[in-house]
Amino acid sequence: METPKIKLDNVHKSFDQKIVLDGFNMEVSAGESVVVIGGSGVGKSVMLKCIQGILIPENGSVQVDGDEVVGMSTRKIEKVNRKIGMLFQGAALFDSLPVWENVSFGLIQGKKTPRKEAKEIAIDVLAQVGLGADVADLSPAELSGGMQKRVGLARAIATKPEIIFFDEPTTGLDPIMADVINDLIVKSVKELGATALSITHDMASARKIADRIVMLYKGKAIWAGKVSEIDNSGNPYVEQFIAGKAEGPIAMELKR
Amino acid sequence: MNFLALVGRAFIKFLGVTGRLSIFTTLSVSHCFRPPFFMRLLMKQMIEIGYYSLPVVGLTTIFAGMVLALQSYTGFSRFGAEGAVASVVIISITRELGPVLAGLMVAGRVGASMAAEIGTMRVTEQIDALKTLSTNPFKYLIAPRIIAGLLMLPLLVFVGDIIGVFGGYIVGVYKLGFNPANYISSTWEHFEMIDLLSGLVKAAVFGLIISIMGCYHGYNSKGGAQGVGAATTNAVVSASILILTFNYILTELFFATTPS
Ligand SMILES: Nc1ncnc2c1ncn2[C@@H]1O[C@H](COP(=O)(O)OP(=O)(O)OP(=O)(O)O)[C@@H](O)[C@H]1O
Ligand SMILES: [Mg+2]
Repeated sequence: METPKIKLDNVHKSFDQKIVLDGFNMEVSAGESVVVIGGSGVGKSVMLKCIQGILIPENGSVQVDGDEVVGMSTRKIEKVNRKIGMLFQGAALFDSLPVWENVSFGLIQGKKTPRKEAKEIAIDVLAQVGLGADVADLSPAELSGGMQKRVGLARAIATKPEIIFFDEPTTGLDPIMADVINDLIVKSVKELGATALSITHDMASARKIADRIVMLYKGKAIWAGKVSEIDNSGNPYVEQFIAGKAEGPIAMELKR
Repeated sequence: MNFLALVGRAFIKFLGVTGRLSIFTTLSVSHCFRPPFFMRLLMKQMIEIGYYSLPVVGLTTIFAGMVLALQSYTGFSRFGAEGAVASVVIISITRELGPVLAGLMVAGRVGASMAAEIGTMRVTEQIDALKTLSTNPFKYLIAPRIIAGLLMLPLLVFVGDIIGVFGGYIVGVYKLGFNPANYISSTWEHFEMIDLLSGLVKAAVFGLIISIMGCYHGYNSKGGAQGVGAATTNAVVSASILILTFNYILTELFFATTPS
């Protein structure tokens, strides 16, 4: 059997007393697009950060291409991260740099692309996320939230990484632009052969971009299966989540 | 009731902070010597720290020199030693006032902005983003600031010394009625290289302190805008206290004389 591109095994992560991941397991094969769903605050973003070595799990194993990330030296983690592109939930653009330098940051710093060439690539990638060349020289603070998100997306895919993480790629976008972004994600996976791991609350988006869906609840992957199976999962948690009902086994903690 | 426990807790906390700070400093300094180097960012920081602090440092030192001439004249004229004004000005400015005043002013200006900038990058996940783009934040953010602080502060103080002495000259000649040529020759007569050099060494140490405290508090800030605000305050306060502490220690090292 092939080694999975990403493998999380029994991952535990907590902050002080608060347990976030509690024995989380997941595998993503090469060229696959997996979507993680789950309520707000269950630890989806934390899970992505554990894979990139930004957060270190107390327990368990995280492997990228068969290499163990937990306990790896900073320099080796940098090497692993070279394969990964990441769209942050809050975009996390560098506000000291103009938009185009944000997009081409990985090219200039990581791949030593000359600045002039990097700018041309940046403008090209910006066009793919529906932003014109006039945006390139603006500062990120001059953009709307949805535009920042798209610049973040452009930054994530500019280096053509093997693995791409999308943390809520379509939140804050209008429905048409959201669909454009969904197409772009599908295209990145199909055409570049990238492996994608996305987080979303948007079920329409999940259905479109995912090969497989994993549901995270109380620190564990409580359900995993093909997109086609999601409507008859037989799992009451998943059913409640995709129907978006307040009543069900997932009790929102709204006491008092 | 539990006084000892309180003292103990405070002491343990102090040791924890000292330890973390030492690790941070070692890591930061070691990254200053290992490639890749970000020259563009280093230039930017040198201009930010060196050039843009000139007005602040110039204004503080010129007034310090002026008031020094005025005060020492009032004091010395009581026992007819007005001639010592020029020597007091040059010695005090080069040894103490130049480096200390410049250090404190730059701590307020540059240390605060470093903590605020890096702190904001921390709470908006820009530092995480740097890591995912395979760029070490110590090399990209911290090393340029530390090198710039170390190099620019002595330069600033050197300029500040000249301006401060000039401030003393203005008051001496135009207000106190000294003969310009006499004032200048008296200044030269009391100028010692060691005074200037010790002041510049102090400045380099202060530059290091300002950058490290700004970066440390910014890098470890958490909890949104409030956390960044706290980091900024802590950076300025801790840098100022450390500057005054190290000023004493360095003065001891340079000029300690045992009374005979
Ligand atoms: N650096 C941190 N320090 C302390 N607690 C944290 C930290 N990062 C995350 N947490 C906690 O971990 C939990 C999971 O956070 P996370 O950001 O992963 O949620 P999420 O599943 O991505 O939610 P959302 O869908 O709202 O983005 C939260 O309860 C949060 O309070
Ligand atoms: Mg999240």
